[in-house]
Amino acid sequence: MSQTVPVTLNVNGVEHQLDVEPRLLLVHALRDNLGLTGTHVGCDTSNCGACTIHMDGKAVKSCTVLAVQADGAALTTIEGMASENELHPLQEAFWNDHGLQCGYCTPGMIMAAAGLLAENPNPTEEEVRHGLEGNLCRCTGYHNIVKAVLDAAKAKGATVGATSGEQSGVTA
Amino acid sequence: MSATVDGAPGKSYVGRAMRRKEDPRLITGRASYVDDINLVGQLWAAWVRSPEAHAKIVSIDTSAAKEHDGIVAVYTNEDLDMEAGLPMAWVPPGVEVNTPEHWVLAKGEVKHVGDPVALVIGDDRYAVVDAAEEVVVEYDPLPVVTDPEAALEEGSPLVHPQFGTNKVCDWSLGGGDLEAGFAEADVIIERRVVNHRTAGAAIEPRAVLAEYRGERLTVWSSTQVPHFLRLFLSILLGIPEDRVRAIAPEVGGGFGSKLQIYAEEIGCAWASRKLGRPVKWVETRSEGMMVTHHGRDQIDYVKVGARRDGTLTAWHSKIIADLGAYQMLLTPLIPPLSAFVMCGVYKTPAVVTDVTGVMTNKFPTDAIRGAGRPEATHMIEIVMDQLAHELGMDPLELRRKNFIAPFTTGHETPIGVVYDSGNYEAALDKLMGHVDVAQVRQQAEGLRAEGIYRGIGFCTYTEICGNAPSRAVGPAGFGLQGGGWESATVRVHATGSVTLYTGTSPHGQGHETGFAQIVADRLGIDPSQVEVIHGDTDTGPFGLDTYGSRSLAVGGEAAARAAGKVAAKAKAIVAHQLEAAPEDIELRDGKFSVRGSPDKGLTLAEVAGAAYVTMDMPDGMEPGLDEQSFYDPENFVFPFGAHACVVDVDADTGKTRVVRYVAVDDCGPAINPLLIDGQVHGGITHGVGQALYERIHYDESGQLVTGTFVDYALPTAAELPSYETDRTETPSPVNSLGVKGVGEAGTIAGSACVTNAVLDALRPLGVDFINMPLSPMRIWEAIQEAKGGVPA
Repeated sequence: MSQTVPVTLNVNGVEHQLDVEPRLLLVHALRDNLGLTGTHVGCDTSNCGACTIHMDGKAVKSCTVLAVQADGAALTTIEGMASENELHPLQEAFWNDHGLQCGYCTPGMIMAAAGLLAENPNPTEEEVRHGLEGNLCRCTGYHNIVKAVLDAAKAKGATVGATSGEQSGVTA
Repeated sequence: MSATVDGAPGKSYVGRAMRRKEDPRLITGRASYVDDINLVGQLWAAWVRSPEAHAKIVSIDTSAAKEHDGIVAVYTNEDLDMEAGLPMAWVPPGVEVNTPEHWVLAKGEVKHVGDPVALVIGDDRYAVVDAAEEVVVEYDPLPVVTDPEAALEEGSPLVHPQFGTNKVCDWSLGGGDLEAGFAEADVIIERRVVNHRTAGAAIEPRAVLAEYRGERLTVWSSTQVPHFLRLFLSILLGIPEDRVRAIAPEVGGGFGSKLQIYAEEIGCAWASRKLGRPVKWVETRSEGMMVTHHGRDQIDYVKVGARRDGTLTAWHSKIIADLGAYQMLLTPLIPPLSAFVMCGVYKTPAVVTDVTGVMTNKFPTDAIRGAGRPEATHMIEIVMDQLAHELGMDPLELRRKNFIAPFTTGHETPIGVVYDSGNYEAALDKLMGHVDVAQVRQQAEGLRAEGIYRGIGFCTYTEICGNAPSRAVGPAGFGLQGGGWESATVRVHATGSVTLYTGTSPHGQGHETGFAQIVADRLGIDPSQVEVIHGDTDTGPFGLDTYGSRSLAVGGEAAARAAGKVAAKAKAIVAHQLEAAPEDIELRDGKFSVRGSPDKGLTLAEVAGAAYVTMDMPDGMEPGLDEQSFYDPENFVFPFGAHACVVDVDADTGKTRVVRYVAVDDCGPAINPLLIDGQVHGGITHGVGQALYERIHYDESGQLVTGTFVDYALPTAAELPSYETDRTETPSPVNSLGVKGVGEAGTIAGSACVTNAVLDALRPLGVDFINMPLSPMRIWEAIQEAKGGVPA
């Protein structure tokens, strides 16, 4: 085992101090070190987007970020999207519209969609389709995913955007 | 909307588009897939895999790997002490199937890229990968064969020399007088239809966690078939079945690729027993593309005869199926499955299908979404369009001319398969209510100036699912070493909530919702009061798992029957308490009451209370409210439908865009229309993907060229339109729900529909026929060739 370095990860509002191998992927830090298994891994080439989370307010693929690169960053994972008794509007829309089947791509899809809506709160269908290009789903043919994202965008008074994160010295 | 059970008035949940019970855990990141489960003392596994497609293993040096920090063990074939290799379950009567031994770790030789040669176990997920790279294997390369037709030629390199041939077997199914049919034909056309190799590509890679503890083995696997897995773990490792538990927790998609008994499942379980610690393995995507079974990969020589008026007279298909290097669970059976629906929706009097299975130095093929039926439908429907063109007929007119007339209680095809019910004309009529061909032609005219060629294609299909009637698929029929029934247990708890244990094992289909709707209706409760338990061999009776669109038609019917038994017992208890005859008790508005006196009824909770408190039960009746059904269907079910696709092809680049896709499917009365649409959307996309984008491609040296999601192009949201779906509902006479399956229908129709649309678009350019995958390059080359300029 190679030497470890200390990192601080602020995940869903909770600060964690970890000692990690420099090569540890952020997704593995979240899943294996912090037990936040809602973020998934579906490929090894950054194509599938199942690992999408928010880092300082931006949607990123956490399989392509090293844990050390996230040192000091504010991260949001799927586990941080719903408030205590209320689902995030995107979660609600995915449920209502049958926007998921096996559910494996869903956390990444929801996080990517939230990132998309933060930048473009009222997208067209075309814009949603292009905005989700980096996330693969094998079950739904995207039909109901696209519908859910459009419905979430329409949901009244919903803050569906990316979660805000403190800007900090992120080196990614 | 369907009526309530036994005609009683009241609310029905069946038929409603209810949102899923599964979803809250999945949309919040609270679900548990295999890699989300970790055990105390857990070790990690990594596999050393062959970079050669065919080679002798000269030596394996594991010493450096064993010394690597954190490594506990490194195993090779010499260490294995297993009863047998990986299983193959097809033994067709009277046919010899050349089946090589298939060990968990390669013995002496490797036969395909990715063949595992060593298993590295250690205490860290990264360390085992490092150590695997330190295993030094010396290979002596052997000649490689990757083309199935070349593999059949005299003098071809042999994948398994002990058979003296690469042929796995010849197998045929047919009926009617083929010779007379061709003699009667005015027109005969022949086409070589290639159905290329694809991957299931479930987004969750495979994963295994095995724990041998206190003489009991528990294996969590991302599998479609936990019951099969337990059986084979027991047989291969010599552990009594009662001490083996297989669990398919949350499973992230299967599409047939997880209907398998894999080396990694058996190997991790074996290593866990050897080491006395839990062992986990999680597939990487590049491993998955290499060693999770592929599908399709066949060359079909189709010869069709018809009279001048379009009447089909004979249909002969020769399938050369590239099965890869070993026979896995159902490998050699999949191409023959095409034969059972090679009559399609047409009344062709003579239909014969000959299948030749061939070994090559590639990973084995097996069931991938549709398993044999997409291949059948593809060749039938492509050739129907080709024939229509040859006859100068409208492709839909040709189809209508040959449709089997509507039937409700069985239609026997010349090959002896009895379709359960069908109304193909009605499905096509409904489709044409959504599609205006003249308008598409008009649009096409307008687009021509921009170099865009718009085309429209159709596919009318039927398929076979709901496997299976045991008598039909058992040793004397298909030749499977088992039947096709399904089990269900309905357990009413003392307070009236219900648990359904099903022997099926979903991986995204929505059983927890659909099955709950079925049970709720039969017991007068809300689906939210029915918990559906699946995928754990310790919780319910033996079952036969999920594949081939069987869950609803077989497992759903079993659930309905078990719930029916509970309702019958409930009625007997209520009759006793209300001093009435059981036959006078009805279920009405959530109460079991005497017909005509709905006020005095008992709810299920009250009946359950009586059944467990037992102070006032009918004489001789056992306590409890817990019933089981093992349902073995009388026949398969045969869903059908009609699809249309509009594409735009850019003549300058060869790029195709799907503009519109309309699907009318008939899977009998809907249990939950939301789930049906979802299945159809995904199925279509799988078909579109194969037609336009996806291809598992090996080069001549047997190297896998499309080994990641960079090269293996799954469709993304950006390539696809929103779909239009509709249904007709023709009940199946086979089960009480009237249902057929729908998990594969979209895929079965999809590739042919898209291909016909592309060929329709290309016809003005002089291109009459090309095979999938319809990549820009292939289309562009075909256009250039038609222009007379043969591309280099």
